[in-house]
Amino acid sequence: MNMITRRRALGITAGAVTAIGAAAAVVVVRSSDKSPGAPSDAKPEAKASTPAGSLPVAAIDEVYEGRRIQISLGEGGHHSPGLPTIKIDGKELHLMRNADGSWLTVVNHYETFPDPISAARAAVRDLQGAALIPFGPSGGTS
Amino acid sequence: MTVRKNQAALTPEEKRAFTNALLELKRTGRYDRFVTTHNGFIMSDTDSGDRVGHRSPSFLPWHRRFLLEFEAALQAVDKNVSIPYWDWTADRTTRSSLWAADFLGGTGRARDGQVLDGPFAYATGKWEVSVRVDGRSYLRRALGEGVAQLPTKAEVDAVLAMPVYDMAPWNSSSNGFRNNLEGWRGANLHNRVHVWVGGQMATGVSPNDPVFWMHHAYIDKLWADWQALHPQSTYLPAAGTANVVDLRDTMRPWNDVTPADMLDHRKFYTFDTEPAAAPSQR
Repeated sequence: MNMITRRRALGITAGAVTAIGAAAAVVVVRSSDKSPGAPSDAKPEAKASTPAGSLPVAAIDEVYEGRRIQISLGEGGHHSPGLPTIKIDGKELHLMRNADGSWLTVVNHYETFPDPISAARAAVRDLQGAALIPFGPSGGTS
Repeated sequence: MTVRKNQAALTPEEKRAFTNALLELKRTGRYDRFVTTHNGFIMSDTDSGDRVGHRSPSFLPWHRRFLLEFEAALQAVDKNVSIPYWDWTADRTTRSSLWAADFLGGTGRARDGQVLDGPFAYATGKWEVSVRVDGRSYLRRALGEGVAQLPTKAEVDAVLAMPVYDMAPWNSSSNGFRNNLEGWRGANLHNRVHVWVGGQMATGVSPNDPVFWMHHAYIDKLWADWQALHPQSTYLPAAGTANVVDLRDTMRPWNDVTPADMLDHRKFYTFDTEPAAAPSQR
């Protein structure tokens, strides 16, 4: 069984990222708040070291740049039975797993991330404080 | 017969006609239905399940049909309009006339990514992003921020040289022309352009940015260029493939059109430069 690899944002810049192996069932991380409008030098996770192909084995509940990211296991998302579900401040973020084990979300749908938490953090950076809109089968609508 | 032109060669009158037709489709609500359709497919096309619009062989014929439907809608507003293509190997900087205020407007401001000039700026009151995945209703861009460089001509030529249309497992992990053009493999062409533009173009609701159509018109032209280079190659798979649109299977959402129907673009439109001498036509 794979051990989850999680990263914890340390210090002030989003670029200060440390990989820590852990097998905790629930992980709570408080990262330093960073003002949503601050210039983002953060792409560090995108090509980081998580082995592609691994499914997360632990739920995640963290605050990243002031937003609550929750990843729960295997609830199925809206159309992906057995895959994790991501919520940002309680709103579900559409998540998809690629054949090579990488991940993407509807907010960054043309680039891939090594794991769901990296994809979720990229979405938080892109949202710049905006709320997600719940989606239906035909896509997000206002 | 419709002629699709390089956007860089459009006259001021042609640019005005194109943007006015876009604004009229937006005003009537027709435009947003295309955004909704696209996002629905983006979210439902999966590597291990049914896949039609993306990450599959039918990526190219699906978008060809999607653009034809959109172009017909534009022409119902103004019969002289066609979808221009953006050759991002040539017009590859934020200073391109594509991004001028008389055409698509420029990049977004630093604070919130909002596009402030051109016909699609939020303040005009004519381009509210209403089919969206987050709370922001203004058009956003971050040209060149998500990735520094657009693909080069050499990178495009290397993908055009690939002789096989697509390969099993017919998804984002495939080798072959289609997946290298789509960008899940290799140098990354189509996907990278979405990321380079940023804003809504990087999301599932990417058709909210009018440049979506011009990007895909060029991807479509590259398919035609590839066909001209490889006349012995054709669409694959031929038949009997689970979860994938074979050559003569119908494609959702239309259910009356197959990849075979889409192979020859000349039935529908021509390009200002036809692809006979594709690699060196410029």
